Amino acid sequence: MSDAIRAETVFIGEEKIEAYQARPLDPGPFPGVVVIHHLPGYDAATKEMVRKFAANGFSAICPNLFWREAPNASPDDASAFVRGQGGIPDEQIIRDVATAAAALRALDNANGKVGVIGHCSGGRQSLLVSTAVDLDAAVDCYGAFALEPPPTGSGLNAVPIKDRLPDVRCPVLGLFGDDDKYPGPEEVARLASLMAEHGKSFEHHSYEGAGHGFFAVDRPSYRPQSAVDGWQRVFAFFGKHLGA
Amino acid sequence: MCTYETETVDIEGAGKGAAGWFDVTRAAVYVDHPQHAQFGHTVNIDFANPAQGPSARVAVELTEEAALALVAAIQRALSNAPAGLASANAPV
Repeated sequence: MSDAIRAETVFIGEEKIEAYQARPLDPGPFPGVVVIHHLPGYDAATKEMVRKFAANGFSAICPNLFWREAPNASPDDASAFVRGQGGIPDEQIIRDVATAAAALRALDNANGKVGVIGHCSGGRQSLLVSTAVDLDAAVDCYGAFALEPPPTGSGLNAVPIKDRLPDVRCPVLGLFGDDDKYPGPEEVARLASLMAEHGKSFEHHSYEGAGHGFFAVDRPSYRPQSAVDGWQRVFAFFGKHLGA
Repeated sequence: MCTYETETVDIEGAGKGAAGWFDVTRAAVYVDHPQHAQFGHTVNIDFANPAQGPSARVAVELTEEAALALVAAIQRALSNAPAGLASANAPV
């Protein structure tokens, strides 16, 4: 068995949106993971996560959610441009993640199972797509505004998704930081309570001494102990539900 | 935390971006995670021209102290010059 992986930009779906894909080259079969990038964009740190999944036996793909609005722009410029427009509509994100999941299932060494993971704004979007796309597992890393709208004046159009929670189709893992304010521990507890109320599987952990963005290796918010433990939980969760 | 609070203002002037000078038409100011500066949060200012696309942008990420010092410096510079000298309506 080889540990070779192939990582490259691909163009997916009828609209040929840009995506970054990394996949093991062995015959497999391998499960897939859709990686949703954070609000700062389709950046180098997110692409590194895509490769990390491939190195751990998952075919992974990250669609550039800002591709339509800012094709070929640098990730930071694209992010600022989209921010100026109030963000990306939820329905567009759902379509793009569904397209990415289909691309993973179409790989010749796919096992047919696909999970999703997102950080920051992508955490909320991971939960969102779990209500609308056929996925087998979802990981929400410190997603804010799942239950309450963003502060007035933010200019962002993120809509609460608490009314969609009865439609969650797969087990969800939530990873949070005790020191985060968006989402704060109280919002996480309410989310857990609502998921239980709706009979949804929601495993969640919150790390002491960690705030928003503790997985981000290129930012001062990085908390190595929380991130290392978090990655272990992510791989265990996807291993269990995606048949890795 | 992501504050997501964004103040935008229509502006007139020019900025120099990666592809050279362009007219700037809008500024966005927000306190949030920086892209590059190694701080948890910064005051981020984008001078942009959305009509020319996402790359028509000059970005700065400043600490709170730096941003306040910049505001004061702008006000001092303006008060040191004759009123109206840099106005859009000033005769040239």
